[in-house]
Amino acid sequence: MISSRRDRSVTYVILIVFTIIALVPLVQILSAALSTDQYAQPGLRFPDGLHLENFVHAWTRGHFGSFLGSSVLVAVTVVVAAGIFSIMAAYAFGTMRFPGSKVLFYLFVLGLTIPEEVIVIPLYYGFRDLNLTNTYWALILPQTAQSVAFGTYWMRTYFVSASRSLIEAARLDGASSWGILWRILVPSGRPAITTMIVITFMWTWNEFLLPLVMISSGNHRTVPLGLAFFQGQHSSDISLLAAGAVLVALPVVIVYLIFQRRFIEGMVSGAVKE
Amino acid sequence: MSLTEKGEAGPGRSARPGGSARRRRPWHVYRRAPGEPRTVGYLYILPALAVFVVFIVLPLLQSVRYSLYDWDGLSPARWAGADNYVALLTDPDLRGAFVHALILLLFYAALPVLIGLLLAATMSRIRVRGLTFFRTVLFLPQVLAMVVVAVAWRWVYAPSGVVNQVLGLIGLGSKGQPWLGNPDLALPAIGIAGTWVGFGLCMVLFMAGVQSIPRELYEAARLDGAGAVREFFAVTLPALRPQIAVATTLTIVAGLRNFDLIYLTTSGGPGNSTSVPAYEVYHRAFELSQVGSAATVGVGLTVVVFVLTAVVSRLVEGKQ
Repeated sequence: MISSRRDRSVTYVILIVFTIIALVPLVQILSAALSTDQYAQPGLRFPDGLHLENFVHAWTRGHFGSFLGSSVLVAVTVVVAAGIFSIMAAYAFGTMRFPGSKVLFYLFVLGLTIPEEVIVIPLYYGFRDLNLTNTYWALILPQTAQSVAFGTYWMRTYFVSASRSLIEAARLDGASSWGILWRILVPSGRPAITTMIVITFMWTWNEFLLPLVMISSGNHRTVPLGLAFFQGQHSSDISLLAAGAVLVALPVVIVYLIFQRRFIEGMVSGAVKE
Repeated sequence: MSLTEKGEAGPGRSARPGGSARRRRPWHVYRRAPGEPRTVGYLYILPALAVFVVFIVLPLLQSVRYSLYDWDGLSPARWAGADNYVALLTDPDLRGAFVHALILLLFYAALPVLIGLLLAATMSRIRVRGLTFFRTVLFLPQVLAMVVVAVAWRWVYAPSGVVNQVLGLIGLGSKGQPWLGNPDLALPAIGIAGTWVGFGLCMVLFMAGVQSIPRELYEAARLDGAGAVREFFAVTLPALRPQIAVATTLTIVAGLRNFDLIYLTTSGGPGNSTSVPAYEVYHRAFELSQVGSAATVGVGLTVVVFVLTAVVSRLVEGKQ
């Protein structure tokens, strides 16, 4: 009994220590975001008030309002386009047989591990030649491709497990393959689809390298890029920088807190097996 | 129900009545079943395949081509043959970048796996209250943008930052310094930020694995008088092998691709002490206009990612 009580306290001590480690770097940002600029500085300090005007300043003076607009536009387009493309491709890979399907599927899986750094150089010159740098296209198209690799991999698992007898019954009832997909399989696959959506949303929202390379003018910047530029130019403006960091993190954190089970499930599934 | 019965009367069925016929239906009948023509599959994958090929596969091949040239991005490219690859193996700066990446993997992959194991193992011994809270918080760093992580950790290591605050509290204030400015300490300092990002992911994976271990194994170990440590090595660790492989693969891939954190905290400095391949690709292509060399580093990085993932999965499957 004593040993079990000791187990118990050891477990909680370890958990609490790591919880503090996980939170301290974030708490210092929150605290600085609520403090006046004269008071705020790096390090853990209790805020000197509730200065929410920092967020207003970040929104207007720091242009985070316009960055958020760009981020929302890019993220929503990528999530919708990649979602539809992935569902269609995964449906074919999961329920149909056609020559080359295996090879093509492995191609997608391989895409999950290709480092973005290696493809970003040709992408930049390609988009530059088409005069498409500094446009949302330069952010949307490559990120749709990256999300499609994950989405296809993820959704195929669902379609493989979807009941074959259900599909066949619907088919013999005269339903087209298109109708079966959207009227039968997609509605009952909502949990898997939600997971795909939250994961691709997070990746697109947090993406930094692609906007850094593609976007040089102010009004197409996404929030992570905006924050990086802000850090470069006003690194002494601690409370404003902190408020900006909170604005970057907040949308994803909110989605994470609502869908945390789906989030975790999707992120740990990246495991490429088979 | 009625749907299934209709299915029973389907075309492939009449030839072979009987309960098990459904499973044994030869697969050419499947392929020709109404509504599933073979070629329609290609139409379904077409949009995904098109964006994937145009924006990932072709750029990858294009990078391989760039790597064989000397090019500044503007003037005509000059054929360089294997020169860039020779430089990749001989240039001390480039070799250094790959060495730094491997050192960082200790922090990005090995340490998170160890911490994840520690957390999952302690949690396997008792029923933890507030489990969802702990899991949510410990996993939180995973979902944050690297820009935010970079701001947070620059501040942790700043002169007035948390590390120096803690040192001051325990009477070691004299050891305080701007950590990212020290060429010997900047690399491990960034590594620890990477550990902070990754350990929650490992913990969650291992917790899921622990839950699928039969309770009887633990009971048997306890009857044999095994303590917490022996129980961990005899029961938990062997059962978690697949999850350890997954966690290692995920953290290695994420670690090698990690450009954001380096760029936003140290930009490879001080000196070259924190430069990594992912950073060198960007630095060379977009700051030094050495596109060929940058592409070579990118190709090398891709090869390293593939080799390491293959080695990890081979190690795991080989032992099973």
